[in-house]
Amino acid sequence: MKYSIPQKEFLNPGHLACQGCGGALALRLVLKTLGENTILTFPACCWSVIDGPFPYSSVKVPLFHTAFETAAITAAGIKAGAKKVEKEYVNAVAWAGDGGTYDIGIQALSGAAERNDDIFYFVYDNEAYMNTGVQRSSATPKGAWTTTTPTTFPKSEFKKDLDAIVAAHNVPYQATVSVSYPEDLTKKLEKAVKVRGFKFFHILAPCPPGWKTNPEDTIKLGRMAVESGIFPLYEIENGEKYTINMPSPKKDLKPVNEYLLKQGRFRHLKEDDIKTIQEYVNKRWEKLKRLAGV
Amino acid sequence: MSEQKVIMGNHALSYGAVTSRVQVIAAYPITPQTQVVELLSEMCADGTLDAEFIKVESEHSAMAACIGASAAGSRAFTATSAQGLALMHEMLHWAVGARLPIVMGNINRSMAPPWTIWSEQTDSLSQRDTGWLQIYASNNQEVYDSVLIAYKVAENEKVSLPVMIILDAFFLSHTSENVTLIDQKDADKYLKPYNPKYKLDIKNPHTFGGLTGPDWYMELRYKIQKAMEDSIDVIKDAQKEFKDMFGREYGLVEPYRCEDAETILVSVATAASTAKQVIDELRDKGEKVGLLRIRFFRPFPYDEVRKYLKNSKKVIVLDRNLSPGAGGIVFQEVKSALYNEQVKPKIYGYIAGLGGRDITVDTIGKLFDDAKKSEPADIKWMEVKI
Repeated sequence: MKYSIPQKEFLNPGHLACQGCGGALALRLVLKTLGENTILTFPACCWSVIDGPFPYSSVKVPLFHTAFETAAITAAGIKAGAKKVEKEYVNAVAWAGDGGTYDIGIQALSGAAERNDDIFYFVYDNEAYMNTGVQRSSATPKGAWTTTTPTTFPKSEFKKDLDAIVAAHNVPYQATVSVSYPEDLTKKLEKAVKVRGFKFFHILAPCPPGWKTNPEDTIKLGRMAVESGIFPLYEIENGEKYTINMPSPKKDLKPVNEYLLKQGRFRHLKEDDIKTIQEYVNKRWEKLKRLAGV
Repeated sequence: MSEQKVIMGNHALSYGAVTSRVQVIAAYPITPQTQVVELLSEMCADGTLDAEFIKVESEHSAMAACIGASAAGSRAFTATSAQGLALMHEMLHWAVGARLPIVMGNINRSMAPPWTIWSEQTDSLSQRDTGWLQIYASNNQEVYDSVLIAYKVAENEKVSLPVMIILDAFFLSHTSENVTLIDQKDADKYLKPYNPKYKLDIKNPHTFGGLTGPDWYMELRYKIQKAMEDSIDVIKDAQKEFKDMFGREYGLVEPYRCEDAETILVSVATAASTAKQVIDELRDKGEKVGLLRIRFFRPFPYDEVRKYLKNSKKVIVLDRNLSPGAGGIVFQEVKSALYNEQVKPKIYGYIAGLGGRDITVDTIGKLFDDAKKSEPADIKWMEVKI
């Protein structure tokens, strides 16, 4: 079945994102499917700036800026309020970066997931605190340079497995998506809008200044992340039904080195480091396949 | 028909929320507040109250949920105490900056460590600079009535600020008193449904709270101060309308036997109720004493404080709170309010009853004795065992 991307735009041109920003493209794609009955809330993240300074705004739906650690609960509050005063069904949307999700916002995220609040939670994951100038978060992959993990001592821990944490809450629907696969993203969103309860989307959002990559390579990098199994695209329903969308579980993964070495943040890695990362990716891929029963 | 009920202060808050037809409640339990939300949970469950109740995982989230709900255009309520209020601190500022008329009950409790659950006002007075209106109640009827008054004031377009209703732990929260509950039909005439000028509206989308530089931020703060100043008249009108409809009268302050008084005790909350007995006893002995209970601490009632105090000879401020390194917080504000007066009373600052220690008739009697024979000081400690 062929999916087409809705033509309507809910994001104005003239926003302040960097060239090649995965996070900006991500919101553009998401709003196309969610449409006008949507209320957004942003915690502190790149989008706090991208949207534009007062009195400007780049989104064509209502938006409430909120505090760093409160994306999920502010959306839940908006949903509860809208339910009392709004006749139409409202998509209450928390739109947060990885810092606001993996780190400071994980308590409110867990609370909303456990209560199965009827909201959408999107994390546009650029794998570090990019808005403050590239500091490590618990979403930063092992081996990456950031301004708090210099090349002489790059990040020593693997990325936190947030999807597994969310899955442990048995939420009705969650998915990993990528700006490089807009049809897949749209298809999953169309599925999610029919779900009542907590919906979680993990979007890999390449960040040229933070990853030290060329803006024109954003889409290519997103594809390489998926094809190498570093960021496979899959869905989890009710915390137990896993479906792998991409890459094909029947084929071999592409090696990680090409993806890693295309990025300045990994350029210091030695052969052994890359080997460690490759083994880790292979192990996780096997685990995902097991969970999906393939 | 109005109804008489013997209820504790906590339940007076809950009933106040019900009579105000709150639409969204988000709360987290903490002693001594818990009964407020327990009763509201029951009422939501049995259909007495048609509200969404979000059982959040922290007080920080409780306030954030109220902020989201209020921004969406609904009437939001929560209640907390001490550590919970401190955890909310960031979001207290957020509610003010976003100009959201949330009403919250705070049960005054001392701050830990060491662990304590007993009454003291340092928790709420520490939040005085956030921009919340603050009402300190002295009995359960006042707690109940203040919820309706609070929404009426908060939702007034000239104000659009949140209100905190504050009651002493145990002395009010767990003490049962007779409370007259207002008939819902009458309450509905007093407090109309919340219909904000601005909200998160899918038919009329706007962005709220976007990045604002030095070119406009200051004007927004100016408008918050202006709203606080304007709220004085809004409060007076709301309380007059309340008196006309329900017969109970409230002011920004409550003066008690202040006319011709040479020595006036200033305090807030239940300590002020206890003081009334002392005033009566001293008046019986022919002493010219009076009491000024501050009901609204924010906005600070400068005019009323000056009016009642400026002709006295001595002012005694009793603080059940402490700003270490300075002293009693009410004392500091009362003193500064009088600074520009031509003739000023001598002013005494007393700290008593911290950590929930009783402030008895005896304690207050000793204050008057001490002020009679000693020179004024910014901080005097009552009944300290060291």
